[in-house]
Amino acid sequence: MSARVRLDRRQLLALLKGMKRIRAFEAKCAELYQAQKIRGFLHLYDGEEAVSVGVMQALAPEDAVVATYREHGQALARGIPMNVLMAEMYGVREGCCRGRGGSMHIFDRERRFCGGNAIVGGGLPLAVGLALAARMQGRSGLAACFFGEGAVEEGEFHESLNLAALWRLPVLFVCENNRYAMGMALERAESETDIHAKAAAYRIASEAVDGMDVVAVAAAALRAVEAVRAGEGPRFLECRTYRLRAHSMFDAQAYRPKEEVEAWRGKGPIVRFQKWLDGNGLLHPSDLAAIEAEIDGEIELAVAFAEAGTPEPVEELERFVLMEEVPA
Amino acid sequence: MSGPQRLTYREACRQAMREAILDDPRVFLMGEDVARYGGCYAVTKGLAEELGEERVRDTPLSESAFVGAGIGAAMDGMRPIVEIMTVNFSLLALDQLVNNAATIPHMSGGQFAVPLVVRMATGAGRQLAAQHSHSLEGWYAHVPGLKIVAPATVEDARFMLKAALADPNPVLIFEHVMLYNMEGTIPDGTASVRLEGAKVRREGGDVSLVTYGGSLFKTLDAAEALAAENIAAEVIDLRSLRPLDMATVLASVAKTHRLVVVDEGWRSGSLSAEIAARVAEEAFFELDAPPARVCSREVPVPYAAHLEQACLPQPDAIAAAARALVRPS
Repeated sequence: MSARVRLDRRQLLALLKGMKRIRAFEAKCAELYQAQKIRGFLHLYDGEEAVSVGVMQALAPEDAVVATYREHGQALARGIPMNVLMAEMYGVREGCCRGRGGSMHIFDRERRFCGGNAIVGGGLPLAVGLALAARMQGRSGLAACFFGEGAVEEGEFHESLNLAALWRLPVLFVCENNRYAMGMALERAESETDIHAKAAAYRIASEAVDGMDVVAVAAAALRAVEAVRAGEGPRFLECRTYRLRAHSMFDAQAYRPKEEVEAWRGKGPIVRFQKWLDGNGLLHPSDLAAIEAEIDGEIELAVAFAEAGTPEPVEELERFVLMEEVPA
Repeated sequence: MSGPQRLTYREACRQAMREAILDDPRVFLMGEDVARYGGCYAVTKGLAEELGEERVRDTPLSESAFVGAGIGAAMDGMRPIVEIMTVNFSLLALDQLVNNAATIPHMSGGQFAVPLVVRMATGAGRQLAAQHSHSLEGWYAHVPGLKIVAPATVEDARFMLKAALADPNPVLIFEHVMLYNMEGTIPDGTASVRLEGAKVRREGGDVSLVTYGGSLFKTLDAAEALAAENIAAEVIDLRSLRPLDMATVLASVAKTHRLVVVDEGWRSGSLSAEIAARVAEEAFFELDAPPARVCSREVPVPYAAHLEQACLPQPDAIAAAARALVRPS
């Protein structure tokens, strides 16, 4: 372990807030989905918050991020304002993608957030290219690429790991292993279920980490990022986690027993971290109240912002199909 | 440039890439065997030795990864040229081309552009059978967000790349395999061409022959044969398959009132169908005869030379189709 993490109380509370903020935002999204304010597919991150919050605090503004269709957590943790995210879900022009992307395709150029990608495995080659661009331009940034364990089943995963390792590119691969690719259990899809071992086959240093432990994720991410920045080539982090909610809003969850979900609920990253903070005297009752009030206020403003949004004029439908110039 | 320059299509492609890499530090080339081997069709021969393997990169046989890497690099300031050996292999990268390159600019609300160039060989004629000989550029021309071009002349092979690299959108360049050895002359002083816009390659008033890529010279041969029968065929080289320059096609049809589309792709659901449909929609009353098409036979292209040739549009068939419109029996 090269980078020892020393987090002060303020930083620990920031991790807690980061996770609670994602959880509360998505709870509101689910509610708005029922109210038919949000439509299409909505993939919630409930249970996996420690992964994006833990990894993102290790990244710098010059790094690029590639995520999946379950990317609200990454988007918020990366600093995309909640209001433009909510507006995007509402499908209005004030949304970060002017209503063209929706929940599954969040982009933010300023924060180098290069998309939620809804083709499983489709984002990995992009991350390799973003890292290649950084290297060829002599920039210090790396590309952090989030994907689920289902992506491991795709050829693009293997092609991308090989290429990144072969060219020693600055990529941080983050596998969010939540055990189910939609309804397909890992052990029903993979002959080798130890995912981080697959990275080793490409000579990529890899680590499996408890993805329900935000501090463990943060520490592992810092170590991995430090190695990538030192020019050691790509790193691979397997974060073992669990999706507590359905795959999307249309999922009867026939593929897993209710008791399994309940058992994991008790091991959830927020309840666990909060208990730990509490037990160590790091969480004062007033902290919790303040955090929750701040989050509630932010969500309220985000909903109001989205509600006040305006539809993108249909005359603009074809705009950006072809670009007139490369954005500066 | 001083004086007209005579060179092969292959050499024109190579010069174009060399110039682009030398002129712009953002440009680099990557693909299978482009560096040490010199390209499967020897198009990139010598480039890696001169320009270095950082700018001319051999890739593993991972079409999806290196095309996707090209997209990622293009999103972040580079101007990659990705070579795919043949259009058949590009199907292994279809996800990246159709789901990422074509969608990201629009899906991101214009925040990201993908100024990527992908070159690939297309077409039949070298007895390479069904997994190296198909003409699938029409499929790609179906997809909004992509630009599709098919240089048919040495001049276009020399200068379309520059125009493609200057374009902020993903551009797919289709090079017909039978053109690489073709020699041509670049007129004195030519330094650029437009990426888009069809060109009238031969003027005539009796029938419009609309084609592109590897079929252009077969169509010009057909026009020459027709001229001997006092049929003046106008030959239009589409150059760009998406967007289509229908104005040039329609102007020609308004003059000749007869249309033959020549396309090495299969007939069903093809680019030729699209052109015929648009002419029917937009210039129905200009037509003195139904639009005709000369396409490839609907079989996987076979190995044996006589079978392969029987698949493809040939000058005789093109001339016969035109003749039937001009002088119906």
